[in-house]
Amino acid sequence: MKQQSYPMFDSSQIPGDLCPIATKMNPMLPGDWRSMKPVVDRAKCVKCAVCWLYCPVQCVVEKAAWFDINLVTCKGCGICAKECPQRAISMVEEAS
Amino acid sequence: MSAVLKPKSKAIVCDGNEAAAWAVTLARVDMVAVYPITPQSSLVEYLAKFVADGKLNAEIVDVEGEHSVLSVLHGGALAGARTYTGTCGPGLAFMFEPYLRTPGLRMPLVMSIVTRDTLTPQSVWGGHQDAMSVREVGWVQMYCETVQEVLDTTIMAYKVAEHRDVMLPVNVCHDGNYLSYGAARVELPTQEEVDAFLPPPATNWHAALDPSRPMAVDPLTGGSGGPGPALFVRYRKGECAGMQHALAAIEAAHEDWARIVGRRHAPLVESYRMDDAETALVTLGSMTGAGKDAVDEARSRGQRVGLVKVKTYRPFPVQAIARALSGVKAVGVVDRSVSFGWNCGPLYQDVIGALQFASKRPAAMSFIGGLAGADITTDHFGRVIERVQALAQDGRAGETVWLNEKD
Repeated sequence: MKQQSYPMFDSSQIPGDLCPIATKMNPMLPGDWRSMKPVVDRAKCVKCAVCWLYCPVQCVVEKAAWFDINLVTCKGCGICAKECPQRAISMVEEAS
Repeated sequence: MSAVLKPKSKAIVCDGNEAAAWAVTLARVDMVAVYPITPQSSLVEYLAKFVADGKLNAEIVDVEGEHSVLSVLHGGALAGARTYTGTCGPGLAFMFEPYLRTPGLRMPLVMSIVTRDTLTPQSVWGGHQDAMSVREVGWVQMYCETVQEVLDTTIMAYKVAEHRDVMLPVNVCHDGNYLSYGAARVELPTQEEVDAFLPPPATNWHAALDPSRPMAVDPLTGGSGGPGPALFVRYRKGECAGMQHALAAIEAAHEDWARIVGRRHAPLVESYRMDDAETALVTLGSMTGAGKDAVDEARSRGQRVGLVKVKTYRPFPVQAIARALSGVKAVGVVDRSVSFGWNCGPLYQDVIGALQFASKRPAAMSFIGGLAGADITTDHFGRVIERVQALAQDGRAGETVWLNEKD
């Protein structure tokens, strides 16, 4: 289990009833709560970069001969799989 | 006699808009965002001139509208700047969304409302309807009687706003036309006096855009079923506490001003010839001068009339009003705006609410005058006094009286 949150600085001198501020960092990234993940079929990928263009969180990473996905920041939206002209990306359920 | 000579203050002749600009200059404001609107325009023109002339070392931000004016100042305040703007009427309406957010974020901005009657009918003239329409938002609101009071109050407003127990934005309301353009002799305090009165800005110790203290400002508190609503209540109660602390902070600021600058204004309410008064007028803003003259005339005829001027309207000085009006037989409250739905003036509503706490509750009546720039003369006040004298006799309060209806 990942650490939920940690304080970013000592805010003990700021009254708790003054105004809404958040002083704790929550380190969770989209990869921590994704339900489906994209898997690239290297044999089909022609490196056209359509997935790279469409990815809303810019988690598509360029490799020597294909494009891969950074699963730490990928939120599993599936846009890359939908847009890929080669049908090289499939969405696979995350293991529980 | 003291051997120490005080630095000489300077007397100038100026209108209320220029007086406010001088106050902003003397308060060493860091950032001003503006969008011009009648009758505020000359105020920001003076500020632009003072910056161009090197009198005021502030950044002037000309933006595309009032919504951006206040949003820009939010950024400035969160970065630690002392900030200022002024607006009125439709400009205030366009500013409403960030205006709502300002007190909740406890940002100590100061903003003049150069009061203007609201649309529609089309009006570019004075009236309190704009400021009254935002009286429940959580800004401290003080109304000025004279050009001198505009200058002094605008500087004092920073001390109130930035008070650690208050941390709320302040509106300094001065009447469009009558104070915005009415010229008078004004004593300019020296920079040394203002520096002794006003400490350096402290605007972002609690909520900041500061890389050394990274934080999220204004996150959602969360909805029903979680701790969110209770957290929301905690912040709301904190805001209410800040508002109540403002009463003491306003009194303290006026006291410090009198001590350092030598000029005393009534901080919450001013009682004028109230000592043995049987009836009383209650006024707000520049109309008070004519009201006092009318009281003097009535007194010279032997009528025991007094006047209570409300300077601080939000937070409403409930106890001070109750004390000031306790014991009189009848009260006439003169408003320069309308409470739709109550068919009376909004100050009247507040006063009759406060009178619940008076040891002896007088009869009261609502008078509405001065809409769309109309003058409330001593003759109008004379009619108010006559009607209130009759009320003191029979105790029968009639319908709201519209003073300029038959001008």
